[in-house]
Amino acid sequence: MTASALRPYHAVFRARFQLLLQYRAAAIAGFGTQCWWGTIKVMIFSAFLAGPVASPMTLRETIDYIWLGQAFLMLLPWSADPELARMVRSGDIAYERLRPVDGYAYWYARAVARRTATPLLRAMPMVLLTGVVLPSLGYGRWGLGPPAGIAAVLLFIASMALVVALASAFSTLLDVLVVMTLSERGVNILVAPLAIVFSGSLIPLPLLPEWLQPFMQYQPFAGLLDSPLRIYSGHLGGWSAVGALGRQAVWTVLLVALGRAIMRRAMARLQTQGG
Amino acid sequence: MNAIRLYGRYVGVSLRSQMQYPASFLLTSAGAFAATGVDFLATWALFARFRQVAGWHFGEVALFYSVIGVSFALADGLTRGFDIFGDQFVRTGDFDRLLVRPRSTVLQLLGYELRATRIGRLAQALVVGVVAIRLTGITWHLAPWATLLFAVAGGTALFSGILVLQATLAFWTVESLEIANTLTYGGVEAAQYPLDLYARWFRNFLTFVVPLGCVSYFPVAAVLGKADRTGVPAQLLQLTPALGFVFLGVALWLWRYGVRHYTSTGS
Repeated sequence: MTASALRPYHAVFRARFQLLLQYRAAAIAGFGTQCWWGTIKVMIFSAFLAGPVASPMTLRETIDYIWLGQAFLMLLPWSADPELARMVRSGDIAYERLRPVDGYAYWYARAVARRTATPLLRAMPMVLLTGVVLPSLGYGRWGLGPPAGIAAVLLFIASMALVVALASAFSTLLDVLVVMTLSERGVNILVAPLAIVFSGSLIPLPLLPEWLQPFMQYQPFAGLLDSPLRIYSGHLGGWSAVGALGRQAVWTVLLVALGRAIMRRAMARLQTQGG
Repeated sequence: MNAIRLYGRYVGVSLRSQMQYPASFLLTSAGAFAATGVDFLATWALFARFRQVAGWHFGEVALFYSVIGVSFALADGLTRGFDIFGDQFVRTGDFDRLLVRPRSTVLQLLGYELRATRIGRLAQALVVGVVAIRLTGITWHLAPWATLLFAVAGGTALFSGILVLQATLAFWTVESLEIANTLTYGGVEAAQYPLDLYARWFRNFLTFVVPLGCVSYFPVAAVLGKADRTGVPAQLLQLTPALGFVFLGVALWLWRYGVRHYTSTGS
Protein backbone atom coordinates (compact mmCIF):
# COMPACT_ATOMS: atom_id res chain seq x y z
CA MET A 1 0.00 0.00 0.00
CA THR A 2 1.36 3.44 -0.84
CA ALA A 3 1.41 6.38 1.53
CA SER A 4 -1.53 8.11 -0.14
CA ALA A 5 -3.64 4.95 0.20
CA LEU A 6 -3.12 5.08 3.96
CA ARG A 7 -4.17 8.72 4.26
CA PRO A 8 -7.85 8.31 5.19
CA TYR A 9 -6.98 5.86 7.99
CA HIS A 10 -4.32 8.18 9.33
CA ALA A 11 -6.78 11.09 9.17
CA VAL A 12 -9.52 9.30 11.12
CA PHE A 13 -6.94 8.16 13.68
CA ARG A 14 -5.72 11.72 14.23
CA ALA A 15 -9.19 13.23 14.46
CA ARG A 16 -10.35 10.64 17.01
CA PHE A 17 -7.12 10.89 18.99
CA GLN A 18 -7.42 14.66 19.39
CA LEU A 19 -11.10 14.42 20.27
CA LEU A 20 -10.46 11.82 22.97
CA LEU A 21 -7.69 13.90 24.54
CA GLN A 22 -10.32 16.53 25.40
CA TYR A 23 -11.89 14.52 28.22
CA ARG A 24 -9.59 15.85 30.93
CA ALA A 25 -12.04 15.95 33.83
CA ALA A 26 -12.89 12.30 33.30
CA ALA A 27 -9.18 11.52 33.21
CA ILE A 28 -8.54 13.24 36.54
CA ALA A 29 -11.46 11.47 38.22
CA GLY A 30 -10.35 8.17 36.70
CA PHE A 31 -6.80 8.70 37.87
CA GLY A 32 -7.95 9.25 41.47
CA THR A 33 -10.08 6.12 41.34
CA GLN A 34 -7.23 4.02 39.97
CA CYS A 35 -4.80 5.24 42.65
CA TRP A 36 -7.32 4.25 45.31
CA TRP A 37 -7.88 0.78 43.79
CA GLY A 38 -4.17 0.24 43.30
CA THR A 39 -3.48 1.10 46.93
CA ILE A 40 -6.12 -1.34 48.19
CA LYS A 41 -4.85 -4.09 45.88
CA VAL A 42 -1.21 -3.60 46.89
CA MET A 43 -2.18 -4.01 50.56
CA ILE A 44 -4.37 -7.07 49.94
CA PHE A 45 -1.82 -8.89 47.79
CA SER A 46 1.06 -8.15 50.14
CA ALA A 47 -1.01 -9.75 52.90
CA PHE A 48 -1.61 -12.86 50.76
CA LEU A 49 2.06 -13.11 49.76
CA ALA A 50 3.21 -12.69 53.37
CA GLY A 51 1.63 -16.07 54.22
CA PRO A 52 3.50 -19.37 54.55
CA VAL A 53 2.57 -20.72 51.10
CA ALA A 54 5.22 -20.06 48.43
CA SER A 55 4.11 -17.68 45.68
CA PRO A 56 4.97 -18.04 41.97
CA MET A 57 5.55 -14.26 41.89
CA THR A 58 7.69 -12.19 44.25
CA LEU A 59 6.16 -9.22 46.07
CA ARG A 60 8.18 -6.85 43.87
CA GLU A 61 6.84 -8.48 40.68
CA THR A 62 3.29 -8.45 42.04
CA ILE A 63 3.34 -4.76 43.00
CA ASP A 64 4.78 -3.78 39.60
CA TYR A 65 2.03 -5.86 38.00
CA ILE A 66 -0.68 -4.10 40.03
CA TRP A 67 0.49 -0.53 39.32
CA LEU A 68 1.14 -1.10 35.62
CA GLY A 69 -2.19 -2.91 35.43
CA GLN A 70 -3.92 0.18 36.84
CA ALA A 71 -1.92 2.46 34.53
CA PHE A 72 -2.93 0.55 31.40
CA LEU A 73 -6.48 -0.25 32.50
CA MET A 74 -8.03 1.76 29.68
CA LEU A 75 -6.22 -0.33 27.08
CA LEU A 76 -8.60 -3.19 27.78
CA PRO A 77 -11.46 -3.54 25.29
CA TRP A 78 -14.15 -2.83 27.88
CA SER A 79 -16.93 -2.01 25.47
CA ALA A 80 -17.85 -1.36 21.87
CA ASP A 81 -17.42 2.16 20.47
CA PRO A 82 -20.47 4.02 21.87
CA GLU A 83 -20.60 6.29 18.82
CA LEU A 84 -20.78 3.38 16.38
CA ALA A 85 -23.47 1.82 18.57
CA ARG A 86 -25.46 5.04 18.28
CA MET A 87 -25.02 4.94 14.50
CA VAL A 88 -26.41 1.41 14.43
CA ARG A 89 -29.48 2.54 16.34
CA SER A 90 -30.11 5.70 14.34
CA GLY A 91 -29.40 4.16 10.95
CA ASP A 92 -26.45 6.46 10.27
CA ILE A 93 -24.42 3.31 9.88
CA ALA A 94 -25.50 3.41 6.22
CA TYR A 95 -23.13 6.35 5.66
CA GLU A 96 -20.25 4.13 6.78
CA ARG A 97 -21.05 1.92 3.80
CA LEU A 98 -20.70 4.84 1.40
CA ARG A 99 -17.10 5.72 2.26
CA PRO A 100 -14.65 4.79 -0.52
CA VAL A 101 -12.32 3.08 1.96
CA ASP A 102 -11.84 -0.35 3.42
CA GLY A 103 -14.57 -0.44 6.10
CA TYR A 104 -12.70 -2.68 8.50
CA ALA A 105 -9.43 -0.73 8.28
CA TYR A 106 -11.34 2.51 8.83
CA TRP A 107 -12.97 1.23 12.03
CA TYR A 108 -9.70 -0.33 13.12
CA ALA A 109 -7.99 3.08 12.84
CA ARG A 110 -10.76 4.56 15.02
CA ALA A 111 -10.19 1.80 17.56
CA VAL A 112 -6.42 2.40 17.62
CA ALA A 113 -7.08 6.05 18.50
CA ARG A 114 -9.45 4.96 21.26
CA ARG A 115 -6.92 2.48 22.66
CA THR A 116 -4.02 4.97 22.69
CA ALA A 117 -5.36 8.46 23.54
CA THR A 118 -7.25 7.67 26.77
CA PRO A 119 -4.72 5.11 28.05
CA LEU A 120 -1.87 7.59 27.51
CA LEU A 121 -3.68 10.23 29.58
CA ARG A 122 -4.19 7.71 32.36
CA ALA A 123 -0.88 5.87 32.24
CA MET A 124 1.54 8.78 32.34
CA PRO A 125 0.49 10.32 35.69
CA MET A 126 0.18 6.85 37.23
CA VAL A 127 3.72 5.86 36.21
CA LEU A 128 5.04 9.23 37.42
CA LEU A 129 3.32 8.96 40.78
CA THR A 130 4.14 5.33 41.57
CA GLY A 131 7.51 5.13 39.80
CA VAL A 132 9.01 8.54 40.65
CA VAL A 133 7.10 10.36 43.40
CA LEU A 134 6.58 7.40 45.77
CA PRO A 135 10.24 6.24 45.65
CA SER A 136 11.52 9.80 46.17
CA LEU A 137 9.31 10.06 49.27
CA GLY A 138 10.87 6.88 50.59
CA TYR A 139 7.93 4.57 49.80
CA GLY A 140 9.65 2.85 46.88
CA ARG A 141 8.83 -0.54 48.36
CA TRP A 142 5.13 0.09 47.65
CA GLY A 143 5.60 1.86 44.32
CA LEU A 144 6.51 0.82 40.81
CA GLY A 145 10.05 -0.51 40.62
CA PRO A 146 12.46 -0.04 37.68
CA PRO A 147 12.24 -2.56 34.81
CA ALA A 148 14.27 -5.76 35.01
CA GLY A 149 16.93 -4.64 32.50
CA ILE A 150 17.62 -3.31 29.02
CA ALA A 151 16.34 -6.46 27.34
CA ALA A 152 13.18 -6.27 29.45
CA VAL A 153 12.60 -2.66 28.39
CA LEU A 154 12.95 -3.47 24.69
CA LEU A 155 10.71 -6.53 24.94
CA PHE A 156 8.22 -4.54 27.03
CA ILE A 157 7.97 -1.80 24.39
CA ALA A 158 7.48 -4.38 21.64
CA SER A 159 4.84 -6.13 23.75
CA MET A 160 2.97 -2.86 24.45
CA ALA A 161 2.87 -2.11 20.71
CA LEU A 162 1.33 -5.54 20.20
CA VAL A 163 -1.14 -4.82 23.03
CA VAL A 164 -2.42 -1.79 21.09
CA ALA A 165 -2.73 -3.89 17.93
CA LEU A 166 -4.50 -6.72 19.77
CA ALA A 167 -6.79 -4.48 21.84
CA SER A 168 -7.82 -2.61 18.70
CA ALA A 169 -8.58 -5.89 16.93
CA PHE A 170 -10.72 -6.86 19.95
CA SER A 171 -12.48 -3.47 19.94
CA THR A 172 -13.23 -3.65 16.23
CA LEU A 173 -14.58 -7.17 16.65
CA LEU A 174 -16.93 -5.83 19.35
CA ASP A 175 -18.03 -3.03 17.00
CA VAL A 176 -18.76 -5.56 14.27
CA LEU A 177 -20.75 -7.71 16.71
CA VAL A 178 -22.80 -4.64 17.62
CA VAL A 179 -23.71 -4.21 13.96
CA MET A 180 -24.71 -7.85 13.82
CA THR A 181 -26.80 -7.87 17.01
CA LEU A 182 -28.10 -4.29 16.60
CA SER A 183 -27.41 -3.42 20.24
CA GLU A 184 -24.29 -2.85 22.30
CA ARG A 185 -25.89 -3.97 25.57
CA GLY A 186 -25.42 -7.71 25.23
CA VAL A 187 -21.88 -7.40 23.89
CA ASN A 188 -20.79 -5.04 26.66
CA ILE A 189 -22.34 -7.09 29.46
CA LEU A 190 -20.43 -10.15 28.26
CA VAL A 191 -17.06 -8.70 27.44
CA ALA A 192 -16.26 -6.58 30.51
CA PRO A 193 -16.09 -9.45 33.07
CA LEU A 194 -14.16 -11.60 30.56
CA ALA A 195 -11.62 -8.86 29.94
CA ILE A 196 -11.11 -8.03 33.61
CA VAL A 197 -10.57 -11.65 34.68
CA PHE A 198 -8.67 -13.18 31.78
CA SER A 199 -6.32 -10.24 31.14
CA GLY A 200 -4.99 -10.42 34.69
CA SER A 201 -6.47 -7.06 35.67
CA LEU A 202 -8.36 -8.55 38.62
CA ILE A 203 -5.68 -11.00 39.79
CA PRO A 204 -2.23 -11.47 38.22
CA LEU A 205 -2.66 -14.57 36.05
CA PRO A 206 0.35 -16.46 37.52
CA LEU A 207 -1.35 -16.35 40.95
CA LEU A 208 -4.38 -18.30 39.69
CA PRO A 209 -4.44 -22.05 40.44
CA GLU A 210 -1.66 -24.09 38.84
CA TRP A 211 -3.99 -26.34 36.81
CA LEU A 212 -5.41 -23.28 35.03
CA GLN A 213 -2.00 -21.97 33.94
CA PRO A 214 -1.66 -23.75 30.54
CA PHE A 215 -5.05 -22.41 29.49
CA MET A 216 -4.34 -18.94 30.87
CA GLN A 217 -1.12 -18.66 28.86
CA TYR A 218 -2.73 -19.40 25.51
CA GLN A 219 -6.04 -17.53 25.70
CA PRO A 220 -6.15 -14.20 23.82
CA PHE A 221 -6.86 -11.89 26.80
CA ALA A 222 -3.44 -12.64 28.34
CA GLY A 223 -1.86 -10.62 25.53
CA LEU A 224 -3.80 -7.52 26.59
CA LEU A 225 -2.12 -6.99 29.96
CA ASP A 226 -0.50 -10.05 31.49
CA SER A 227 2.32 -10.52 28.93
CA PRO A 228 3.84 -6.99 28.96
CA LEU A 229 3.45 -6.66 32.73
CA ARG A 230 5.39 -9.85 33.43
CA ILE A 231 8.02 -8.92 30.85
CA TYR A 232 8.56 -5.56 32.59
CA SER A 233 9.33 -7.07 35.97
CA GLY A 234 11.39 -9.89 34.51
CA HIS A 235 8.93 -12.60 35.56
CA LEU A 236 8.85 -13.51 31.89
CA GLY A 237 12.26 -13.28 30.19
CA GLY A 238 14.31 -14.68 27.31
CA TRP A 239 12.55 -17.10 25.02
CA SER A 240 9.38 -17.25 27.13
CA ALA A 241 9.02 -13.49 26.58
CA VAL A 242 9.52 -13.91 22.85
CA GLY A 243 6.94 -16.69 22.91
CA ALA A 244 4.46 -14.35 24.60
CA LEU A 245 5.08 -11.75 21.88
CA GLY A 246 4.43 -14.43 19.27
CA ARG A 247 1.10 -15.35 20.89
CA GLN A 248 0.09 -11.68 20.96
CA ALA A 249 0.87 -11.40 17.22
CA VAL A 250 -0.95 -14.62 16.31
CA TRP A 251 -4.08 -13.62 18.24
CA THR A 252 -4.05 -10.18 16.59
CA VAL A 253 -3.96 -11.74 13.12
CA LEU A 254 -6.70 -14.24 14.02
CA LEU A 255 -8.99 -11.59 15.52
CA VAL A 256 -8.51 -9.26 12.55
CA ALA A 257 -9.39 -12.11 10.19
CA LEU A 258 -12.45 -13.00 12.27
CA GLY A 259 -13.56 -9.37 12.49
CA ARG A 260 -13.20 -8.95 8.74
CA ALA A 261 -15.16 -12.11 7.99
CA ILE A 262 -18.04 -11.19 10.31
CA MET A 263 -18.07 -7.62 9.03
CA ARG A 264 -18.34 -8.78 5.43
CA ARG A 265 -21.36 -10.93 6.31
CA ALA A 266 -22.98 -8.34 8.57
CA MET A 267 -22.60 -5.54 6.05
CA ALA A 268 -23.93 -7.68 3.20
CA ARG A 269 -27.12 -8.35 5.17
CA LEU A 270 -27.31 -4.92 6.80
CA GLN A 271 -30.81 -3.60 7.23
CA THR A 272 -30.73 0.06 8.09
CA GLN A 273 -32.97 1.24 10.88
CA GLY A 274 -35.20 4.05 9.74
CA GLY A 275 -35.73 6.99 11.95
CA MET B 1 -51.73 10.10 52.57
CA ASN B 2 -48.90 9.45 54.99
CA ALA B 3 -45.30 9.19 53.93
CA ILE B 4 -45.04 5.42 54.13
CA ARG B 5 -48.11 4.80 52.00
CA LEU B 6 -46.92 7.38 49.49
CA TYR B 7 -43.55 5.66 49.31
CA GLY B 8 -45.37 2.37 48.71
CA ARG B 9 -47.16 3.96 45.78
CA TYR B 10 -43.88 5.26 44.37
CA VAL B 11 -42.34 1.79 44.62
CA GLY B 12 -45.35 0.18 42.95
CA VAL B 13 -45.21 2.57 40.00
CA SER B 14 -41.46 2.14 39.65
CA LEU B 15 -41.62 -1.66 39.69
CA ARG B 16 -44.52 -1.77 37.24
CA SER B 17 -42.68 0.46 34.80
CA GLN B 18 -39.53 -1.66 34.99
CA MET B 19 -41.50 -4.84 34.43
CA GLN B 20 -42.70 -3.46 31.10
CA TYR B 21 -39.37 -4.71 29.75
CA PRO B 22 -39.04 -8.16 31.35
CA ALA B 23 -36.28 -9.35 29.00
CA SER B 24 -34.14 -6.30 29.73
CA PHE B 25 -34.74 -6.72 33.47
CA LEU B 26 -33.74 -10.39 33.41
CA LEU B 27 -30.68 -9.79 31.25
CA THR B 28 -29.36 -6.91 33.36
CA SER B 29 -29.97 -8.76 36.63
CA ALA B 30 -28.32 -11.91 35.32
CA GLY B 31 -25.41 -9.82 34.04
CA ALA B 32 -24.90 -8.25 37.47
CA PHE B 33 -25.10 -11.68 39.10
CA ALA B 34 -22.49 -13.10 36.71
CA ALA B 35 -20.13 -10.12 36.93
CA THR B 36 -20.05 -10.05 40.73
CA GLY B 37 -19.94 -13.85 40.76
CA VAL B 38 -16.80 -13.86 38.62
CA ASP B 39 -15.33 -11.28 40.96
CA PHE B 40 -15.88 -13.61 43.87
CA LEU B 41 -14.50 -16.63 42.01
CA ALA B 42 -11.25 -14.67 41.77
CA THR B 43 -11.19 -14.29 45.55
CA TRP B 44 -11.77 -18.03 45.85
CA ALA B 45 -8.88 -18.69 43.42
CA LEU B 46 -6.53 -16.68 45.64
CA PHE B 47 -7.51 -18.77 48.65
CA ALA B 48 -7.11 -21.97 46.61
CA ARG B 49 -3.44 -21.08 46.25
CA PHE B 50 -2.60 -19.28 49.50
CA ARG B 51 -5.01 -21.10 51.88
CA GLN B 52 -5.34 -18.08 54.20
CA VAL B 53 -4.63 -14.38 54.49
CA ALA B 54 -3.21 -13.01 57.75
CA GLY B 55 -4.78 -15.98 59.53
CA TRP B 56 -8.27 -15.57 58.05
CA HIS B 57 -9.79 -18.40 56.05
CA PHE B 58 -12.00 -18.43 52.97
CA GLY B 59 -15.30 -18.93 54.81
CA GLU B 60 -14.60 -16.00 57.11
CA VAL B 61 -13.66 -13.63 54.31
CA ALA B 62 -16.76 -14.81 52.43
CA LEU B 63 -18.86 -13.63 55.37
CA PHE B 64 -17.25 -10.17 55.28
CA TYR B 65 -17.89 -10.10 51.54
CA SER B 66 -21.51 -11.15 51.89
CA VAL B 67 -22.41 -8.59 54.58
CA ILE B 68 -20.88 -5.71 52.65
CA GLY B 69 -22.28 -6.97 49.32
CA VAL B 70 -25.85 -7.26 50.61
CA SER B 71 -25.62 -3.80 52.20
CA PHE B 72 -24.40 -2.19 49.01
CA ALA B 73 -26.94 -3.94 46.78
CA LEU B 74 -29.79 -2.75 49.04
CA ALA B 75 -28.52 0.84 49.26
CA ASP B 76 -27.82 1.00 45.54
CA GLY B 77 -31.31 -0.24 44.74
CA LEU B 78 -33.04 2.18 47.13
CA THR B 79 -31.17 5.40 46.41
CA ARG B 80 -31.16 5.56 42.62
CA GLY B 81 -32.71 9.05 42.76
CA PHE B 82 -29.67 10.36 44.65
CA ASP B 83 -27.22 8.50 42.44
CA ILE B 84 -28.29 10.31 39.27
CA PHE B 85 -29.32 13.51 41.07
CA GLY B 86 -26.74 15.83 39.48
CA ASP B 87 -27.42 14.92 35.87
CA GLN B 88 -31.16 14.30 36.14
CA PHE B 89 -32.29 17.00 38.57
CA VAL B 90 -29.73 19.80 39.03
CA ARG B 91 -28.42 20.22 35.50
CA THR B 92 -31.90 20.06 33.98
CA GLY B 93 -33.45 22.25 36.67
CA ASP B 94 -36.01 19.51 37.44
CA PHE B 95 -35.23 19.84 41.14
CA ASP B 96 -37.48 22.95 41.14
CA ARG B 97 -40.46 20.67 40.56
CA LEU B 98 -39.56 18.58 43.61
CA LEU B 99 -39.29 21.70 45.75
CA VAL B 100 -42.79 22.95 44.99
CA ARG B 101 -44.44 19.66 46.00
CA PRO B 102 -45.65 19.48 49.60
CA ARG B 103 -43.44 16.52 50.49
CA SER B 104 -39.83 16.21 51.60
CA THR B 105 -37.22 16.05 48.85
CA VAL B 106 -35.68 12.97 50.43
CA LEU B 107 -38.95 11.03 50.19
CA GLN B 108 -39.46 12.05 46.58
CA LEU B 109 -35.92 11.08 45.57
CA LEU B 110 -36.17 7.75 47.40
CA GLY B 111 -39.36 7.10 45.49
CA TYR B 112 -37.87 8.12 42.18
CA GLU B 113 -36.89 4.56 41.35
CA LEU B 114 -36.48 1.25 43.16
CA ARG B 115 -33.88 -0.38 40.98
CA ALA B 116 -35.13 -3.92 40.56
CA THR B 117 -32.08 -5.09 38.63
CA ARG B 118 -30.01 -4.82 41.82
CA ILE B 119 -31.61 -8.12 42.71
CA GLY B 120 -28.79 -9.73 40.69
CA ARG B 121 -26.10 -8.35 42.96
CA LEU B 122 -28.20 -9.00 46.05
CA ALA B 123 -28.75 -12.63 45.10
CA GLN B 124 -25.03 -13.15 44.48
CA ALA B 125 -24.10 -11.69 47.87
CA LEU B 126 -26.76 -13.84 49.58
CA VAL B 127 -25.46 -17.00 47.89
CA VAL B 128 -21.96 -16.18 49.15
CA GLY B 129 -23.49 -15.61 52.58
CA VAL B 130 -25.06 -19.08 52.60
CA VAL B 131 -21.71 -20.62 51.62
CA ALA B 132 -19.93 -18.59 54.31
CA ILE B 133 -22.35 -19.67 57.02
CA ARG B 134 -21.97 -23.33 56.05
CA LEU B 135 -18.18 -23.04 56.07
CA THR B 136 -17.87 -21.16 59.34
CA GLY B 137 -20.54 -23.18 61.15
CA ILE B 138 -22.52 -20.27 62.58
CA THR B 139 -25.41 -21.66 64.60
CA TRP B 140 -29.06 -20.68 64.57
CA HIS B 141 -28.81 -18.70 67.76
CA LEU B 142 -30.41 -15.33 68.01
CA ALA B 143 -27.29 -13.36 68.94
CA PRO B 144 -25.12 -13.87 65.84
CA TRP B 145 -28.08 -13.39 63.49
CA ALA B 146 -29.17 -10.21 65.22
CA THR B 147 -25.62 -8.89 64.92
CA LEU B 148 -25.43 -9.78 61.22
CA LEU B 149 -28.82 -8.16 60.51
CA PHE B 150 -27.79 -5.05 62.42
CA ALA B 151 -24.53 -4.95 60.42
CA VAL B 152 -26.45 -5.15 57.12
CA ALA B 153 -28.85 -2.41 58.25
CA GLY B 154 -25.96 -0.18 59.30
CA GLY B 155 -24.14 -0.92 56.04
CA THR B 156 -27.21 -0.03 53.98
CA ALA B 157 -27.48 3.25 55.90
CA LEU B 158 -23.79 3.97 55.39
CA PHE B 159 -23.82 3.36 51.62
CA SER B 160 -27.03 5.40 51.33
CA GLY B 161 -25.26 8.18 53.20
CA ILE B 162 -22.38 8.10 50.71
CA LEU B 163 -24.84 8.40 47.81
CA VAL B 164 -26.68 11.26 49.55
CA LEU B 165 -23.33 13.04 49.95
CA GLN B 166 -22.59 12.49 46.27
CA ALA B 167 -25.95 14.11 45.43
CA THR B 168 -25.32 16.98 47.86
CA LEU B 169 -22.04 17.72 46.10
CA ALA B 170 -24.00 18.20 42.87
CA PHE B 171 -25.58 21.39 44.28
CA TRP B 172 -22.16 22.97 43.81
CA THR B 173 -20.71 20.98 40.91
CA VAL B 174 -24.00 20.72 38.94
CA GLU B 175 -22.84 17.45 37.40
CA SER B 176 -22.85 14.05 39.06
CA LEU B 177 -19.33 13.29 40.15
CA GLU B 178 -18.15 9.73 39.84
CA ILE B 179 -15.75 10.33 42.71
CA ALA B 180 -18.22 8.68 45.10
CA ASN B 181 -17.54 5.42 43.23
CA THR B 182 -14.24 5.17 45.06
CA LEU B 183 -16.22 4.94 48.31
CA THR B 184 -19.06 2.74 47.04
CA TYR B 185 -17.46 0.21 44.69
CA GLY B 186 -14.03 0.84 46.18
CA GLY B 187 -15.52 0.51 49.65
CA VAL B 188 -17.02 -2.85 48.78
CA GLU B 189 -13.61 -3.98 47.53
CA ALA B 190 -11.82 -2.78 50.65
CA ALA B 191 -14.35 -3.94 53.25
CA GLN B 192 -14.64 -7.48 51.87
CA TYR B 193 -11.31 -8.22 53.52
CA PRO B 194 -10.65 -7.98 57.26
CA LEU B 195 -9.31 -4.57 58.24
CA ASP B 196 -6.25 -5.90 60.04
CA LEU B 197 -4.75 -6.56 56.58
CA TYR B 198 -4.40 -2.88 55.92
CA ALA B 199 -1.95 -0.17 56.88
CA ARG B 200 -2.85 1.82 60.00
CA TRP B 201 -3.83 5.04 58.18
CA PHE B 202 -6.20 3.12 55.93
CA ARG B 203 -7.69 1.23 58.87
CA ASN B 204 -8.31 4.50 60.68
CA PHE B 205 -9.91 5.98 57.58
CA LEU B 206 -12.30 3.01 57.31
CA THR B 207 -13.16 3.27 61.01
CA PHE B 208 -13.48 6.96 61.79
CA VAL B 209 -13.99 8.83 58.47
CA VAL B 210 -16.10 6.47 56.36
CA PRO B 211 -16.93 3.76 58.90
CA LEU B 212 -17.08 0.82 56.47
CA GLY B 213 -15.19 -1.31 58.96
CA CYS B 214 -17.88 -0.70 61.56
CA VAL B 215 -20.56 -2.29 59.39
CA SER B 216 -18.60 -5.39 58.37
CA TYR B 217 -15.24 -6.05 59.99
CA PHE B 218 -16.07 -5.33 63.66
CA PRO B 219 -19.50 -6.99 63.92
CA VAL B 220 -18.53 -9.97 61.73
CA ALA B 221 -15.34 -10.53 63.73
CA ALA B 222 -17.54 -10.66 66.83
CA VAL B 223 -19.84 -13.23 65.20
CA LEU B 224 -16.83 -15.31 64.17
CA GLY B 225 -15.48 -15.26 67.73
CA LYS B 226 -12.36 -13.38 66.70
CA ALA B 227 -13.03 -10.26 68.74
CA ASP B 228 -9.51 -10.35 70.16
CA ARG B 229 -8.01 -9.64 66.72
CA THR B 230 -9.69 -6.25 66.45
CA GLY B 231 -8.34 -4.69 69.62
CA VAL B 232 -11.85 -3.53 70.58
CA PRO B 233 -13.86 -4.95 73.53
CA ALA B 234 -16.25 -7.69 72.35
CA GLN B 235 -19.41 -6.05 73.72
CA LEU B 236 -18.64 -2.86 71.84
CA LEU B 237 -18.07 -4.66 68.51
CA GLN B 238 -21.73 -5.56 68.11
CA LEU B 239 -22.79 -1.95 68.51
CA THR B 240 -20.41 -0.46 65.90
CA PRO B 241 -22.91 -0.68 62.98
CA ALA B 242 -24.73 2.19 64.68
CA LEU B 243 -22.04 4.43 63.21
CA GLY B 244 -23.52 3.71 59.78
CA PHE B 245 -26.74 5.42 60.89
CA VAL B 246 -24.76 8.31 62.36
CA PHE B 247 -23.03 8.71 58.99
CA LEU B 248 -26.40 8.77 57.20
CA GLY B 249 -27.66 11.35 59.71
CA VAL B 250 -24.71 13.64 59.02
CA ALA B 251 -25.18 13.16 55.27
CA LEU B 252 -28.87 14.12 55.50
CA TRP B 253 -28.02 17.16 57.61
CA LEU B 254 -25.54 18.29 54.92
CA TRP B 255 -28.19 17.55 52.30
CA ARG B 256 -30.60 20.01 53.97
CA TYR B 257 -27.84 22.59 53.99
CA GLY B 258 -27.32 21.93 50.27
CA VAL B 259 -31.03 22.28 49.49
CA ARG B 260 -31.07 25.72 51.14
CA HIS B 261 -28.03 26.67 49.06
CA TYR B 262 -29.62 25.48 45.80
CA THR B 263 -30.12 27.92 42.97
CA SER B 264 -31.84 26.66 39.87
CA THR B 265 -29.91 26.44 36.62
CA GLY B 266 -33.03 27.91 35.06
CA SER B 267 -32.90 25.65 32.05
